[in-house]
Amino acid sequence: MTYIQKPSITHPGLPKNTLGLTARDYEGTVSTLCAGCGHDSVTAAIIQAVFELNIEPHMLAKMSGIGCSSKTPAYFVSEAHGFNSVHGRMPSVTTGANAANRALTYIGVSGDGDSLSIGVGQFVHAIRRNLNMCYVLENNGVYGLTKGQFSASADIGSKPKKGEANQQEPIDPVSTALSLGATFIARSFSGDKEQLVPLIKGALMHNGFALVDVISPCVTFNDHVGSTKSYAHTREFYHHVVDIDFVPPAEEIKAAYEDGEAMTIELHGGSKIVLRKVDKSYDPTSRASAFKYLREHFNAGEIITGLLYIDESRKEMHDLMGNIDTPLSQLPLDTLHPGADELKNILKRYT
Amino acid sequence: MKPTDTSKADYFHKVVDCQWACPAHTDVPEYIRLIAQGRYSDAYMENRRSNVFPGILGRVCDRPCEPACRRGRVEEKPVAICRLKRVAADHRGDISDRLPTAPKIKNGKKVALIGAGCASLAVANDLAPLGYEITIFEALNATGGLMRTNIPRFRLPPKVLDEEIGYILDMDVDLKFNHRIDSLKDMLDGGEFDAVFVGSGAPRGKNLVIPGRYDSDNIHIGIDWLESVAFEHIKKIGEKVLIIGVGNTAMDCCRTSLRLGSNDVKVMARKPREFFKASAWELEDAEEEEIEIVVNHSPREFVLEKGKLVGMKFDVMEYNIDEKGRIDRGKIVEEVIIPCDDVILAIGQENAFPWIEHDIGIEFNEWDCPIVDTITMMCSREGVFFGGDSAFGPLNIIWAVAHGREAAISIHKYCQGESITDRVPIGVKLASQKMGMHEWSFSNSYDTSERRLMPHMDLKERFKKLDIEVELGFTVDQMVKEVERCLNCDIQTVFTADLCIECDACLDICPVNCLTITANGDEADLRTRLAAPAENHEQALYVSADLPQTGRVMVKDEDLCVHCSLCAERCPTGAWDMQKSEVLLPYATDALNVKPAESDAA
Repeated sequence: MTYIQKPSITHPGLPKNTLGLTARDYEGTVSTLCAGCGHDSVTAAIIQAVFELNIEPHMLAKMSGIGCSSKTPAYFVSEAHGFNSVHGRMPSVTTGANAANRALTYIGVSGDGDSLSIGVGQFVHAIRRNLNMCYVLENNGVYGLTKGQFSASADIGSKPKKGEANQQEPIDPVSTALSLGATFIARSFSGDKEQLVPLIKGALMHNGFALVDVISPCVTFNDHVGSTKSYAHTREFYHHVVDIDFVPPAEEIKAAYEDGEAMTIELHGGSKIVLRKVDKSYDPTSRASAFKYLREHFNAGEIITGLLYIDESRKEMHDLMGNIDTPLSQLPLDTLHPGADELKNILKRYT
Repeated sequence: MKPTDTSKADYFHKVVDCQWACPAHTDVPEYIRLIAQGRYSDAYMENRRSNVFPGILGRVCDRPCEPACRRGRVEEKPVAICRLKRVAADHRGDISDRLPTAPKIKNGKKVALIGAGCASLAVANDLAPLGYEITIFEALNATGGLMRTNIPRFRLPPKVLDEEIGYILDMDVDLKFNHRIDSLKDMLDGGEFDAVFVGSGAPRGKNLVIPGRYDSDNIHIGIDWLESVAFEHIKKIGEKVLIIGVGNTAMDCCRTSLRLGSNDVKVMARKPREFFKASAWELEDAEEEEIEIVVNHSPREFVLEKGKLVGMKFDVMEYNIDEKGRIDRGKIVEEVIIPCDDVILAIGQENAFPWIEHDIGIEFNEWDCPIVDTITMMCSREGVFFGGDSAFGPLNIIWAVAHGREAAISIHKYCQGESITDRVPIGVKLASQKMGMHEWSFSNSYDTSERRLMPHMDLKERFKKLDIEVELGFTVDQMVKEVERCLNCDIQTVFTADLCIECDACLDICPVNCLTITANGDEADLRTRLAAPAENHEQALYVSADLPQTGRVMVKDEDLCVHCSLCAERCPTGAWDMQKSEVLLPYATDALNVKPAESDAA
């Protein structure tokens, strides 16, 4: 735990976004996680992404459950809305918040325990509803807060600090989300911000459920030789398959791409993402071929990263239900609540 | 880039900007920490170890440390280093038992020091404890040289001078007053001394020969006039005074004039303000006393009526300054006469050695000054050394001290038969400052306080007598704030590449974005790829060896690091550590390569 605060002094040459804010203005309190935790690096990537997207702090809602990961919303954008919910229940709380106020940008930060064990039922249904949120899953394969027991994402054969190697089949959040029909699925690594920041930006701007599974090593309980979620193991076995460039609305695509490498997808709000295929055989718009590719490489012990699947055509929760664009929270009560007489009229339809 | 070689003393020394800029390399952060702990005597001794005259320098040093101070790069104003030095001197306890002493039995070598100014005194300070018999020859009947004759008493009280000079003279130094050396040849031929040190200053004030110069007694040379005031030969001056020149001597002349009865003093500058030679703080102090500084006036002639000085004619100039800040020769736009009773010329001073013969093996340069080696301080005649303003022209006190100490090393080695060019190099010692999980041995939090202002004597009171000190020294409240402004630049961020797991924790926590992990490249390329612009090329990039996991490198831009230690605090493996660098400066006591055998106890 760090008791000194980060000095308010900044580099005088720090860039400002269109709101006149610097990345420092998007910080939270100093982290109380272990020094070297991957989660802190994910926090830094979120700060950078939100800063670059010019998101007004009061238009952001930070949602979390319980766990090391779920502490992290305290460490970014102090001036945003925040809700630290019951263990594993972040997706439900976010569903409620989003239902009431669709104008906010929602970012949920969860972990492998919060999402794949206690909260797995919540996680899968948020995907099914295509809830419009960026869901960051900080994945380290252990329960760090309870001293390093294996979590549901631990790989077979991964060794703990002490005791026997894991024998149980892991739940892979990426292939789970793919099978459930998530519309934006990415995986990255806390130690690779060049890849991670654009992915978080794309996920925040995607219209629907966006999962970013981030391998985020637990420096205290899962960073030893034999662990499959250590810094060293991740660096040795991870592969970029599809990287993305995020292009804000009204901006031209400036970078030059090789033939067949780039693929542009327009997002709901007018921004674009350019997919850069590192492996040209990969098709991030086909669920079936993505699933096959991911399983094959997963079985070979490889960690496949990048934007692994995207479908911008599907409707998010509000549009599926035919809700109006105005957030329900902003409607006057008499509009929101039609009254007893109108209810009777509705019920008459079914008699 | 190749990994930064931190085994050489210079690398970490340069990070301590103040200490690097100080000619005597005073360990500024260390003495500021001692003051913060209330250890004033220790802070005084730490100062004295390198600069010999903390009380004097704490008032009148030219403070090259302050423009260099890192604090001045991260915010507007540097730490008030000089003022804190005075705090150490003002509040010190009895330090008499901690001063160097001269041994009773001398080493049989005699050294002559010419001039009792700061350079000679610094030499005596270092050689007397080694058993040398020191004789100082002084032309006047007072010690201190320019410190006493040219710096007015309202800036530097004689008591402070006497005390610190006394510490040195008390080491059996033989001081001969009223003993002007007229011939170096005679002294050398006499063969009485094993070495001679010339510390006679730059005694000649520059003259301004324009019409009327020699027609009045009311035209004075600045440094001579100040000397006459110091010895009370001059006690008053006319009501209207013009000072020609705008250097630090001009500031002393104008403020002294106010105290001798003048009520209208104008400092006449040839060029615009940005080209003034005076230090910013000396200008401020003069302007506080309502001295008018007139720019763009070039002296043309003195105006006399019936043999009496009544004014001075100036050309009013107009200059063009180009985008690089260079000024052209200017053009005359009009001519004015400014009335005055006295004129003081303060346009610089120069060396003069009419007493050094040209046929005694000393080579002279084109300005007719002896050629002096910048490291050994020896001239082309063996055994004759120079220091202070007499070595390379007018500098300032702190340079004279630095010269004196180098000369003392040379004299010691010379007298003991060692090569004076084979010198002990400056070293550096590093020691971790980690005390516990989140505890450092120093105050590492960034204090946002602004620079404290020196309290001054009331604007009416101060003119009542010539020797009322204007600066009152920091109050306790000011001092406790100011010490916290120091960034502890000597507590170095030291990186061990082998331990790094590239978790980015240090990069993410750094408040000034001075850290980057990236692929290696040449310096120009690396500077464009850092987390924040690294545009100050005078500040180094600290580049690591290849990192174990990816082969990238850790790069630190030293420019704006506030030494908050958060990188080390957030490092899970101890790859970053905060280590205090102690610059090991060799003095005369450490100078010999072969130490004299300890004499057997009789």
